[in-house]
Amino acid sequence: MDYFAQQLINGLVLGSIYGLIAIGYTMVYGIVGMINFAHGDIFMIGGFIALISFLVLVSFGLTAVPLILLIVLLVAMAITALYGWTVERIAYRPLRHSFRLAPMLSAIGMSFILTNFSQVAQGARVKPVPPIITGGYTLHEGASGFNVQLSNIQIIVVATTVVLLALFTWLVSRTRLGRDMRACEQDQTMAALLGVDVDRTISFTFVIGAALAAVAGMMYLLYYGLVDFFMGFVAGIKAFTAAVLGGIGSLPGAMLGGLLIGLIETFWSAYFSVEYKDVAAFSILIVVLIFLPTGLLGRPEVEKV
Amino acid sequence: MSAPSSAPLPAPSHSQNTSGIATSGIAFILKKAVISAFVALVLFSLMIGVRTEAGPEGHLIYWTRFGELAAIVAIVFGGSIIIELLRQWIGPSGAGRLVPPWLQDAADLIGRWLAPALLVFAILIPVIFYDQRYILDLSILVLTYVMLGWGLNVVVGLAGLLDLGYVAFYAVGAYSYALLATNFGLSFWICLPLAGILAAFWGVLLGFPVLRLRGDYLAIVTLAFGEIIRLVLINWQDLTGGPNGITGIPRPTFFGIPLSNDDDGLAAKLGIEFSPTHRVVFLFYLILALALLTNWVTIRLRRLPIGRAWEALREDEVACRALGINITTTKLTAFATGAMFGGFAGAFFATRQGFISPESFTFHESALVLAIVVLGGMGSQLGVVLAAIAMIGGFELFRGLDQYRMLVFGFAMVLLMIWRPRGLVGHRAPTVFLEKNQAISSDLVKEGHG
Repeated sequence: MDYFAQQLINGLVLGSIYGLIAIGYTMVYGIVGMINFAHGDIFMIGGFIALISFLVLVSFGLTAVPLILLIVLLVAMAITALYGWTVERIAYRPLRHSFRLAPMLSAIGMSFILTNFSQVAQGARVKPVPPIITGGYTLHEGASGFNVQLSNIQIIVVATTVVLLALFTWLVSRTRLGRDMRACEQDQTMAALLGVDVDRTISFTFVIGAALAAVAGMMYLLYYGLVDFFMGFVAGIKAFTAAVLGGIGSLPGAMLGGLLIGLIETFWSAYFSVEYKDVAAFSILIVVLIFLPTGLLGRPEVEKV
Repeated sequence: MSAPSSAPLPAPSHSQNTSGIATSGIAFILKKAVISAFVALVLFSLMIGVRTEAGPEGHLIYWTRFGELAAIVAIVFGGSIIIELLRQWIGPSGAGRLVPPWLQDAADLIGRWLAPALLVFAILIPVIFYDQRYILDLSILVLTYVMLGWGLNVVVGLAGLLDLGYVAFYAVGAYSYALLATNFGLSFWICLPLAGILAAFWGVLLGFPVLRLRGDYLAIVTLAFGEIIRLVLINWQDLTGGPNGITGIPRPTFFGIPLSNDDDGLAAKLGIEFSPTHRVVFLFYLILALALLTNWVTIRLRRLPIGRAWEALREDEVACRALGINITTTKLTAFATGAMFGGFAGAFFATRQGFISPESFTFHESALVLAIVVLGGMGSQLGVVLAAIAMIGGFELFRGLDQYRMLVFGFAMVLLMIWRPRGLVGHRAPTVFLEKNQAISSDLVKEGHG
């Protein structure tokens, strides 16, 4: 039972990270109708920028950990958001009215560019960081010596996710920008006729998605203590799975899907086999798409001729 | 950036760049370049300006590289000016599409003779370059990708199903041959059809669940399928040897006669002196024959009802269904046929290398083959050949710059999509026509949902 509780905690933390990435996929899919294949790599870039800015700040002599974390978070979000904007501007916008496969292939190309750019720029080796946030609480002391732990870092990951989600939900449901986004999602031409700047709205979608992915990247860095240039690929597919599982286009669905994928992966590793955890995640993607193509919270897609 | 608030029209087809052409001028170009340079500065400030590496004691150290950063920002600044000048010089996009008739005729003439010329040249390669092992090896590699491209072309180019996991069938073929040959001692010529059949079987297995999926979803599921196969190959150590792969895969024989230096080898039987080049030449003709078989089968299939159903499916799935075409069999045969050729190519790869490991079957490989098909113009057999030569040749050129290879590949893919989304040979010649075979310009064809 203790073991189960511990896995539950771990799964929820991992799921929060996936959920943050999944929101980027689901938003872009909802508005532009394409899979932003490079989104996983945006997440990886976010992790790298968090790492580098952290190193630089520490070497400047900053010691207050909360201040460092806040600055790192803001820097990573800002720069990664610019990456998201640039990717959309270079690789997707010229293809918006092209035929259907073109943006997908361009996105794959972009994914290669980002992966190999960070490999060339920062080297191929895994970058480890010492644990920045230590300590935690023992929730329950097990009889057999197995304690259920809740570390501070796990609290921070979940808390950051919750705060960002609240902020994000407010943005989508209450602000002008959010209204524009929802309008573009329903009908771009009509939205444009009514005075919504479609190009700018789509750019903002990418910017927000990238900023959330940067947070996910930073949380990943804090939680696992390492980044490498290839981590975006698998994390990206899993987050996409989460978006599909929750129903693509649905924001609460993305978060729910993220949590579910995190839980499934953690429990699979804990009770079955660690080697096949990625296989489990990918299989879920296939199974969901076959039996539940609209996901848990998604709307059925109406086919227009 | 131009003012975004000015009268938004429905579906503005181009970015703000085109609206800027009206206000062309040095000030505008400079402003754009400065903005680009500033964006580049922010983007690369940390990623290039600071280099991190694990230090001697395990923890990270970093050093700054402001020189490189400045150089890249300067390149972006200059590049932005050049691109903007070129754009204004060429004029609005679309004007360059009008090709003069004489050029069109010349292109038609070249197009008609290019394929036979290439074929003759391919057959003569071992004769011309007999002493140059490097060129022979490179030609074998190119032909392998030509074959893979033609195989994937059935799925992507003809049936319009975007398959990102094609390498899975390549892997199935390679491992089928390797396992059958090393465990049961079966010869290459028995294993080759078996590898094809097994790969086709896996193609159907993948095809069934994805029947209802379209477009992007299909792409992601096939990608996941490819990754699953690779992960199973890595982790099922008892059978596949895991990351270490399978070694000692038997070399192909000339229909039972080994190409070795023994008394019963082919050289001894023919009474000529043995040379290791014989095997390379044999492999070359083997893959050439396999590739031509793929091409021939594809061309024949296109004339059969099933091939026409594929093409119809690519153009419009709903219309297909309305006309009574069986979508299930059409899609499954496309997957199976494509997978079978992938399996053949895999078996050839295994016998040529003598060693296979899951590392050869990553997503990069799928993307490379897909890029060849797309660059070739999706559906054009000749285009695949040209694209394979360009891609593999290009990779060879960048051999020294190993790290930058995939970077360049990514840029090529993005630029290609922006510049010519329909590929180099970007038209679709219909197989069925009324009176006169008229190539449809790719710009006029609207994609179905495949």
